[in-house]
Amino acid sequence: MAKKVLEVKNLEVNFRTFSGEVKAVRDVSFDVYEGETLAIVGESGSGKSVTVKAIMGLLASNGYYKNGEILFEGKNIATMQEKELHNIRGNRIAMVFQDPMTSLDPTMKIGKQIMEVIRLHQKASKEEAYQKAIKLIELVGISDPEERMNQYPHQFSGGMRQRIVIAIALACEPKILIADEPTTALDVTIQAQILDLMKDLQKKIGASVIFITHDLGVVANVADRVAVMYAGRIVEVGTADEVFYDPRHPYTWGLIASMPDLDTQGKLYAIPGTPPNLVSPPKGDAFALRSEYAMKVDFEEQPPFYKISNTHYAATWLLDERAPQVTPPEIIVKRREKMKGVR
Amino acid sequence: MLRYVIERVLLIVVTMFVVITLNFFLLQLIDGSPFDNGKITPVQVEMMKRKYGLDAPPMEQYLRYLKGVVQGDFGTSFKLQNKEVKDLIADKLPNTVKIGSMALIFGVIVGILLGALAAIYRNSFWDHFVTVLAVVGVSIPSFVMAAFLQYYFVVKLGWFPFLFQEPDVDKGITVWMSVHSMLLPAFSLSFYVISATMRYMRSELVEVLNSDYILLARAKGLNKSQVIMRHALRNALIPVITIIGPMAISLLTGSLVIEQFFGVPGLSKLLLNAVYQNDYFLILGVNSFYSFLYVVIVLIVDLLYGVIDPRIRLKGGN
Repeated sequence: MAKKVLEVKNLEVNFRTFSGEVKAVRDVSFDVYEGETLAIVGESGSGKSVTVKAIMGLLASNGYYKNGEILFEGKNIATMQEKELHNIRGNRIAMVFQDPMTSLDPTMKIGKQIMEVIRLHQKASKEEAYQKAIKLIELVGISDPEERMNQYPHQFSGGMRQRIVIAIALACEPKILIADEPTTALDVTIQAQILDLMKDLQKKIGASVIFITHDLGVVANVADRVAVMYAGRIVEVGTADEVFYDPRHPYTWGLIASMPDLDTQGKLYAIPGTPPNLVSPPKGDAFALRSEYAMKVDFEEQPPFYKISNTHYAATWLLDERAPQVTPPEIIVKRREKMKGVR
Repeated sequence: MLRYVIERVLLIVVTMFVVITLNFFLLQLIDGSPFDNGKITPVQVEMMKRKYGLDAPPMEQYLRYLKGVVQGDFGTSFKLQNKEVKDLIADKLPNTVKIGSMALIFGVIVGILLGALAAIYRNSFWDHFVTVLAVVGVSIPSFVMAAFLQYYFVVKLGWFPFLFQEPDVDKGITVWMSVHSMLLPAFSLSFYVISATMRYMRSELVEVLNSDYILLARAKGLNKSQVIMRHALRNALIPVITIIGPMAISLLTGSLVIEQFFGVPGLSKLLLNAVYQNDYFLILGVNSFYSFLYVVIVLIVDLLYGVIDPRIRLKGGN
């Protein structure tokens, strides 16, 4: 098994708001291994963005670490001083954001924005940083780097801006690259290009990637392992194949069933209801309220993680030996079978 | 860029033409003449009017005035010893500009600093203090402020002279004494500038600090002061610059009361007296001059905007 580069243990993140404490991340644990891509999927508000922002130490000012540890290179990020974090951010752990249209400083030249991070962490001279920035621009597949260095973000298309953001993130060859929905704001053809680029560069520098998305199609494309989040918790985690073709949690069923494929006919499935309010999260399995498979115990007690394989775990009472046998939705069964055929 | 400037200058010419035309005909609607005076007879008034060409039909007068303007002749004052309007303005302008620019520069700098502090330490004591100060500053009229300042700093403490003093070697008034006497009027004027700039700066900076590129800047590993100095301030200042232009104008025109208060022989005083006395060409002249200042300052601000905001610079350039 590959080396662990990041270990998140029992992480809890709360936000103070006027309507009370929002428990955005509730007891989340996962590991990231060297060179792998871990995708965290879940709908809006499931806590995936907050989880990765917590890893960067970039929580909004009303957020705080309630509990848990984030171990990176032997140190706990959750208790780290701001000053120490400055050496990690952009250097050891870097981040690519969702909207390339707004994530670059509109009044600063592209070259300067790239050079800034190089000079900050590598103590490089202006000339060295310049040369390195030019190489980076070429690396992310943009031509005329010298000319591009002197341009401003508004002279770049969305896809190119995202390439620049990726260049900034990779400038110091980080150990971990966090990508927070990096393709959501791009159109589909550009999405594919950006994903390919990221995969490519990941191999080159050997970084681990944490990929946040709500687009399962993207997950299938990039992820080695997948963690499914719901209402601030991870409900299922496994290799991409396991989660896609042998999902066990009813929420994962719902997610996959609502993803169209070539055989989809008629109305697309949608999970009924809305996610719970995380100011006062429900007792037990948070998904029980929306699940047709919910049992009495689901409303009372949080299910533990059940081991399905060495890499595949799911937190649902359905996996308990006392639970009745249920058949997942038709579409999941079909996919399982279809996959068996392919493999 | 050059083409842009030329276009704008041409637009200024058109604007000025419209302003002069409107002003001219509006003045025609005012009752009375520059010669309203109990001591002279209607016949004498008619004679005076004929002498100055005021008996001609409005259109003819208008064309004559316009012709003069094109040749650089803005007419003469009827009341002030037949002095040329140009000279009168040139004479009074420096005082107004000195006090106005003092108030503007001081106000903008202090306003930006306070606003930035409020935004950076949002929801702190500082923030609330500055917000209250801004409300007070915008709501208190400058003449109330002036009266208060005069009472406190002149009467009570005796730190400043009551009235504005022009430098005058004969009276023994040095330049320094003159500047000293300008401080109070400038400060009364600047109070509004401080408040307005502060409020604007605060809300802009708060917005910028919440933007994605600031998050990215933090994700790069920059510390707080680097994030603010390198990325936040410049972006927040862009919109603030736009209000400086109109504010400069309102300082020049709005210094009217302050000029009365501190006895400053400035442009506003000149205009006010001209209005009282139906001194047509003087009103026209000062009005047009104000309008001219306005459009020129707006142009300067727009050009400045281009310097600080690359998005605008390049669109104008190509």
